[in-house]
Amino acid sequence: MAIDCLVLGAGQEVGKSCAVVTIGGKRIMFDCGMHMGYLDRRRYPDFSRAAPDGDFTGALDCIVITHFHLDHVGALPYFTEVCGYRGPIYMTFPTKALAPLMLEDYRKVMVERRGEEEQFTAEHIAACMKKVIAVDLKQTVQVDSELQIRAYYAGHVIGAAMFYAKVGDSALVYTGDYNMTPDRHLGAAQIDRLHLDLLITESTYATTVRDSKYTREREFLMAVHKCVAGGGKVLIPTFALGRAQELCMLLDDYWERMNLNVPIYFSAGLTIQANMYYKMLINWTSQKVKETYVTRNPFDFKNVRNFDRSMINSPGPCVLFATPGMISGGFSLEVFKNWAPSEINLVTLPGYCVAGTIGHKLMSGKPTKIDLDKDTQIDVRCQIHQLSFSPHTDAKGIMDLVKFLSPKHVILVHGEKPKMASLKGKIESELGIPCYDPANNENVSVPSTHFVKACASDAFVRSSLSPNFKFSRRIGEYGFSHSGDTEVRPYLQVRDERVAEGIVVIEGNKAAKVIHQDELPNFLRKERHEVKFAYCFPAHSTKKNEEPDHNFTDGLQCSSRQCSLLRALLCELSKEFRQEEIQDFGEYIKVESLHVAVCSTDQCPYRVGDHPLSGRGSMFLCCSWLAGDEQLAWKLISTIKTLDLGLPL
Amino acid sequence: MKLTCLSRGKGFYFPPCHMLSVCGFRILIDCPLDLSALAAFAPIPPGFSAVRGEEDLERPVDESDGCESGSAERKNTEKPMNAEALIRSEPWYKTVANLHLWNPSFIDVVLISSPAGMLGLPFLMRAKGFSAKVYVTEAAAKLGKLMMEDLVSMHEEFRQFYGTQEFSSPHWMKWEKLESLPSALKEIVLGTDGIELGGWMPLYSAADIEDCVKKLQRLKYAEVACYNGTINIKPISSGLEIGACNWTIRYPDGTIGFVSSSEFVPGHALEFNYNALRSCDVLIYSDFSSLDVLETANKGSNYAVPEDSSTLSDLEEVLLHADESSEEMDKLKFISSCAVDAVKAGGSVLIPIGRLGIILQLLEQISVCMESSRCEVPIFVISSVAEELLAYTNIIPEWVCKQRQEKLFSGEPLFAHVELLNGERLQVYPAVYSPKLLLHWQEPCIVFCPHWSLRLGPAVHLLRRWHGDEKSLLVWEEGMDSDIALLPFDPKEMKMKVLRCSFLSGIVLKKVRPLIHVLQPKFVMLPEDFGRQIMSPVANSYSVLHYSVNETLKLPILKEDSELEITADLISQLHWKNLKDQNLSITRLKGNLVMSDARRQILTSDELSCSKSEKPPLLWGTLDLQRLLARLSEMGIGGSLQEDSVTDGSSDARILRINAPSEALLEIRSTSTLISAANEELAFRIRDAVDGILDGT
Ligand SMILES: [Zn+2]
Ligand SMILES: [Zn+2]
Ligand SMILES: [Zn+2]
Repeated sequence: MAIDCLVLGAGQEVGKSCAVVTIGGKRIMFDCGMHMGYLDRRRYPDFSRAAPDGDFTGALDCIVITHFHLDHVGALPYFTEVCGYRGPIYMTFPTKALAPLMLEDYRKVMVERRGEEEQFTAEHIAACMKKVIAVDLKQTVQVDSELQIRAYYAGHVIGAAMFYAKVGDSALVYTGDYNMTPDRHLGAAQIDRLHLDLLITESTYATTVRDSKYTREREFLMAVHKCVAGGGKVLIPTFALGRAQELCMLLDDYWERMNLNVPIYFSAGLTIQANMYYKMLINWTSQKVKETYVTRNPFDFKNVRNFDRSMINSPGPCVLFATPGMISGGFSLEVFKNWAPSEINLVTLPGYCVAGTIGHKLMSGKPTKIDLDKDTQIDVRCQIHQLSFSPHTDAKGIMDLVKFLSPKHVILVHGEKPKMASLKGKIESELGIPCYDPANNENVSVPSTHFVKACASDAFVRSSLSPNFKFSRRIGEYGFSHSGDTEVRPYLQVRDERVAEGIVVIEGNKAAKVIHQDELPNFLRKERHEVKFAYCFPAHSTKKNEEPDHNFTDGLQCSSRQCSLLRALLCELSKEFRQEEIQDFGEYIKVESLHVAVCSTDQCPYRVGDHPLSGRGSMFLCCSWLAGDEQLAWKLISTIKTLDLGLPL
Repeated sequence: MKLTCLSRGKGFYFPPCHMLSVCGFRILIDCPLDLSALAAFAPIPPGFSAVRGEEDLERPVDESDGCESGSAERKNTEKPMNAEALIRSEPWYKTVANLHLWNPSFIDVVLISSPAGMLGLPFLMRAKGFSAKVYVTEAAAKLGKLMMEDLVSMHEEFRQFYGTQEFSSPHWMKWEKLESLPSALKEIVLGTDGIELGGWMPLYSAADIEDCVKKLQRLKYAEVACYNGTINIKPISSGLEIGACNWTIRYPDGTIGFVSSSEFVPGHALEFNYNALRSCDVLIYSDFSSLDVLETANKGSNYAVPEDSSTLSDLEEVLLHADESSEEMDKLKFISSCAVDAVKAGGSVLIPIGRLGIILQLLEQISVCMESSRCEVPIFVISSVAEELLAYTNIIPEWVCKQRQEKLFSGEPLFAHVELLNGERLQVYPAVYSPKLLLHWQEPCIVFCPHWSLRLGPAVHLLRRWHGDEKSLLVWEEGMDSDIALLPFDPKEMKMKVLRCSFLSGIVLKKVRPLIHVLQPKFVMLPEDFGRQIMSPVANSYSVLHYSVNETLKLPILKEDSELEITADLISQLHWKNLKDQNLSITRLKGNLVMSDARRQILTSDELSCSKSEKPPLLWGTLDLQRLLARLSEMGIGGSLQEDSVTDGSSDARILRINAPSEALLEIRSTSTLISAANEELAFRIRDAVDGILDGT
């Protein structure tokens, strides 16, 4: 049994996330994203590899979308409406609600820009979203009788989820994008300890380790404050959903505290609409935000107003949120063209911009001129602030998650090639887990867990049920979500592992049956044959003549001499074999199945071999034991032979 | 598996209560309160209100001790049924009496299927030794908490009126007092068979509620919770209420589907997901709602049981056919038009209905109705938790019906009350004496407020205010005796119109059988009241077992053998032995038995397989002496069979004496072989020979 992961997108890059996983005969497509950096056919995953004959509905059992970002959902309308996939599509409630806004926004930008031909229409988006089945967190969804999927909270943006998929005994988690630290409006990722054959994780920040969130937020606020204090305009290019709400909360709160009245604008009506959604989806935000829902909508920003195109060149300072993010076109580009030439203005960019966008150009080096196309050139004299906080987990978070889940294999996607290679090395060397970082269109195959079904007799089950507690140190649950730190604490884990010993019987072609060994003879209709051992030998006692020897002929009862011998033996053996449990039954001593008694008859058949030391008056020790305890028995016998049992007392 | 029905409950507000025993674990399903029993108590006398207590000069001091007056003529004579007969004391609350027969510390799991099903939880959870895990859906936990808080806050009025709490049993519980109650009230207090007095409890406190909710295990929709590795529990929507659910309970030897009162096409909550209950081994049917209807309606007249030969898709069509739901919608529309007619005529409307779904839908219907008839009066919702409740219903798209989920996707609020609140057509206040309410109060108006028992809450005050006004309307839900319910409100002066209505609260009778056919369980456990003729299992693939209250029904064993799973790694390490004569392969197995995800799994033991635990082979059959001799001589061990044999007890032993390489002795019996040798190595080699000849593993 194996799990195959065909990476159609986000292999050693960020953009057009798409992985087709075959597990237990089922095929799931995780994410169906588009690449913001390309305008040609490279913008979509190469779907033909998922179904060479073009029958996507037959080739895939379902599609799972992790969140509403375009690099995860951007190709979905194209795939369902143009390529013709008709099967089930799963996403969380917020993703289903918000993805159409993102898609529509993108579609408009694309059409606006150079009148580009539509990849999909508004009707396509609506038709596509109709087919989506919305799921709740942790809801166990039975896609069919064998395939089960479940969403876990991923932080990152509202509704972002990691998805668990299980077929038979094989299981995997595809993380999508996630954040291991809570931010202002979202909690941190949360997942159960699962038995996984494979973890497919994003690795945007494969090598970055971030310091406290507070300093990073402060840097941003300082930069913005300084700019507006100097009369400048701040352009914050963002997508309408996600970062926008987070940064807005941050600024709104700061404005309130600092008593600022410089206007904060939002470029599109989209955000007002978005807030309606956020209000209904408040259960998907952080605990702190959730608690306020009755009295105040935390997404009603006091200082935020709507922006109009005509205000671009109005005098005076302001802060403007403009879509799309990364300045990939549309209104944010229009504003950028106007504001970039002035050095008092500021442009803040997210921590990551896709290659091919203006944002990416601004971040790589300090360009003074940017060529928009062959006719347009923009002078860039404004300041550039790069946000150092991001809704993605950092390298430590990835390592923590991998350690916590301890999957048998890891595949890295959604990252940059050199950084991924370094993280891969770290996962393999520090955690000892095989790790892969396939490029686009590569396939990775890993073995999967398999259980053999059997039936068991009651006697076997009962015999295995005696508790057997074990203690071991394990990595603890994440304490995040409330405290905010992702510290991994070891805790003492108590496991109840019951030792199961029995016999497996397979009769003809029937299923295997496990029975208790005592049931076997009955099962076979044959009697059990036991192998026992016996050995009788003289005890070594230097004081054997001190007492008269009348005792051992009429010794029905344990005579004082026999008793003292056994007690002496017990005492010596207890000293020699501390780890064994030696039981005293009066007439004999018992260790496991070994019985040691003083022999009561001269005609004992078990006095095999010569006993040169023995003579009249010697006492013999008669030993018997069962097969299985031979080693122990012979060890004890050889020890007993060296003991002088006459000395003590 | 065993099922004990502790109470069949009484309609929507008092769901049934059961105790299940699965894999040795005790599972309690629901812990409700019978709030209809509040009817036995008198409401706070008129004129008293918690806040304006001091101004109130009419406080009837002489009556505050109720039954104490007129002690002489009381003896054994039943009082006439009038307002005076009601118990004048701080009310106690009636829990499921049969539940008190069980030791709370022996309960392992509690499952809560609806907000109403958790109203009795604080009593149970504060009981000594209680340590069960309580599972409830997140939404039901939230709504249940609000209902309990509202109850405590309404009850506060009694506390203020009657003063400090009586300890031990209150005066009304004394036998002579109970004797003098009119029979209808006696039945409420003692139950029909007179054993329910033990179920009465003084109300819990707000702190008890806090403690209780803190310990709940909240589940998302269809989230699987695993108890002790052994039992997987999963809530699936029942359609009855937001957050209300049915359960699947999977354990290593089977799956139980538990069906509480369910609605196929509800107007507010997420639909009854019956598909998730398909192919359970056992289906426990606990929807008594159609029985309540049966009792009053003529049995078997107006429903047609579909033929057994109907195809499954026909049956599913029957299930999803929404006649009962459109009937419900018509009812709501009728109520709305009556309400609007009343306010247009200058009267006010009081709607003391406790069902969230009905309230939310009536708010929508009434506002539509008012709009179309251009009538503008305020709608008030008065309850200590109303604001939170209304806000909450708009943030759980996961638990509303498909049709309302679509509203989320198009960016509209889930329920119309959100817009009504913005437009201030709808006003929400915590209590009748809220200063803001007094400021905005205006009549005629439409008021939604608790409590449907008409014994506590704002409803009592408003009913007193309006009961003499023939233009006003009381929309009242059937469920308790209306004569008793209205008793405190002076029947002679009661001029207010009363619109009595009842609402769908479960699966209608004609759908019961098709449902079971569609679900295809192996066994169905049905309340005995369903009568064998209605549910006769003729030509059905399932068996029907009937249960009745307080009798334990035991399920026949589902499977001969227990199922388990062995890791492929472990299987690959096994050494198989083929027994040709019996067409068998056998091998010894050693691993760790782990209960995980309600499965028994045998995993590779991670402890070092030290030689000590190496077990000797298991042998069977009789030893062939000739083969043994031949084998021994091959090994260079010489010996001879001794003719004489030893007898010990029952079996004869043949003796084999070995003389080379050294002396040894074998006693061979039919079921055992004893080896006596002076040295370890020789003994070991002889054993080896014996093992080789016998069959074994
Ligand atoms: Zn993302
Ligand atoms: Zn992404
Ligand atoms: Zn002996």
